[in-house]
Amino acid sequence: MTNKNIKKNVLLIFSKEVMYKPIIYRLAADFKIIFNVLEAKIFPRQEGRLILQLEGTQVQIKQALEYLKKEGVKIEILAEKIKRDENSCVHCGACLAVCRSDALYLDKETSKVVFCAEKCVACGLCELVCPVKAVMTASIEMEV
Amino acid sequence: MQQDIGVKRSIEEINQKIKQGKAVVVTAEEMVDIVKEDGVKGAFKKVDVVTTGTFGVMCSSGAFINFGHTRPKIKASKVWFNDVEAYAGVAAVDCYLGATQVQEDDPLNKVHPGRFKYGGGHVIEDLIAGRQVRFRAKAYGTDCYPSKEYESIITINDLRDAFLYNPRNAYQNYNCAVNLSKKTIYTYMGVLRPNLGNATYSTSGQLSPLLNDPFYWTIGVGTKIFLGGSIGVVTWRGTQHNPDVLRGENGIVKEGAGTIAVTGDMKQMSSRYIRGVSMLGYGCSMMVGIGIPIPIINEEMAYFTGQSDADIFCQVVDYGIDYPNAIDRSLGEVSYQELKSGKIKIMGKEVPTSPLSSYFMAKEIAGNLKDWILRHKFTLGVPQVYFPTVEFKGVVE
Repeated sequence: MTNKNIKKNVLLIFSKEVMYKPIIYRLAADFKIIFNVLEAKIFPRQEGRLILQLEGTQVQIKQALEYLKKEGVKIEILAEKIKRDENSCVHCGACLAVCRSDALYLDKETSKVVFCAEKCVACGLCELVCPVKAVMTASIEMEV
Repeated sequence: MQQDIGVKRSIEEINQKIKQGKAVVVTAEEMVDIVKEDGVKGAFKKVDVVTTGTFGVMCSSGAFINFGHTRPKIKASKVWFNDVEAYAGVAAVDCYLGATQVQEDDPLNKVHPGRFKYGGGHVIEDLIAGRQVRFRAKAYGTDCYPSKEYESIITINDLRDAFLYNPRNAYQNYNCAVNLSKKTIYTYMGVLRPNLGNATYSTSGQLSPLLNDPFYWTIGVGTKIFLGGSIGVVTWRGTQHNPDVLRGENGIVKEGAGTIAVTGDMKQMSSRYIRGVSMLGYGCSMMVGIGIPIPIINEEMAYFTGQSDADIFCQVVDYGIDYPNAIDRSLGEVSYQELKSGKIKIMGKEVPTSPLSSYFMAKEIAGNLKDWILRHKFTLGVPQVYFPTVEFKGVVE
């Protein structure tokens, strides 16, 4: 394990038992995580959801996620939920116009549109604009 | 009548070489380097055929379908494939299915931007892929065609004929689109963010078929092409074909100009190269894969096909205010090399660029076509009718 900082985008699901408990601040206070709120929503079914970008060393992130689990927060790693159908993608580049997170870029050597799920912030715009519907993004409303 | 362009190597001669396995065939991408290294004269001596390719959304596409006679017979006046209406006013069991026709009950742009999930292009892709499609027909009934209604689940194998017939494809160059307005717009050129937020473009540049034959000296009615994965033909000039546009000193058009109408047998095609598409906020359409072999009949053709992305320019057009209001204005000129670098400078601002036409697929198509000629002795069609053109005033050294 290195001390280099990495970034991980996660969807956190707070059930009604924990949704009003102050938890997130401890990521910074106790685990030195630099976090960035990408999206947040409260659902009528009394469930809070938060898409966070976590930045820290691998150890810090691991410990922070363990802490969240202990508090009863359900965790989904976004990169594992986002998919592109490689047989369907034609590498046209329509998605590049809307991606602002560097998760999609054109490889100049191969002329292919590369999709890097790790960097995706689940804004869902590429799914909307993909002409052949090859992208399945995760969203704050996804079924888990 | 074709102007005298000084043919030094005829298409018939090239076809002889293809049959003997002696023809030298390269892609338009490879030709750029050959001309750079060997010069125009050297490249002309060396190369017989240059293959091109393009793969992108091409509206003005569709299919003539003959669904065969039903029992009892029907003279259909309205027909639908998966609830996408095709025009049936052709003959009893003939119809034309347009790529941009949207499925019935689609909410269109009622909630903007609309999704346009399924349309004519998707039906054509589904048919080519061999998938099942629900076919419906309605008629008023005649003595010879008594049926008034017909419904069946079909595949392409149940259709008597399914011909792709695209009245306007492979636009020779196209605008680079930007948005000067203050709101995000959803266009056939993709999503354009406000205040010059981004720029999109849609040709394969140096690989593009008509950019490699800027004066249509070798492409005409009867030219055999790669269409949707099988052999197709150029059947006429495309609608809106216009040779009389802004051109560079190299003869290459700097804005939309020539177009072609193409036909091919859908039963032979592959759904890898024909794809139904949904353009957010715009509508349905179809991506078409086209490749054209360019015979190098003289030194000028070697020169044209040797032009690279750095030598091919297009106009930057505002789709926020100018284009919808038919204001004919260019915000500037950019080369495809600049566009492919990922950013261009417009009105003093650095603007990120992205393509809409797949260069990856264009390369694959040009490669396939090269393979057809070299390995399967695919010969070149001799144009029977030439397109309206203008004179090339340049001198090729």
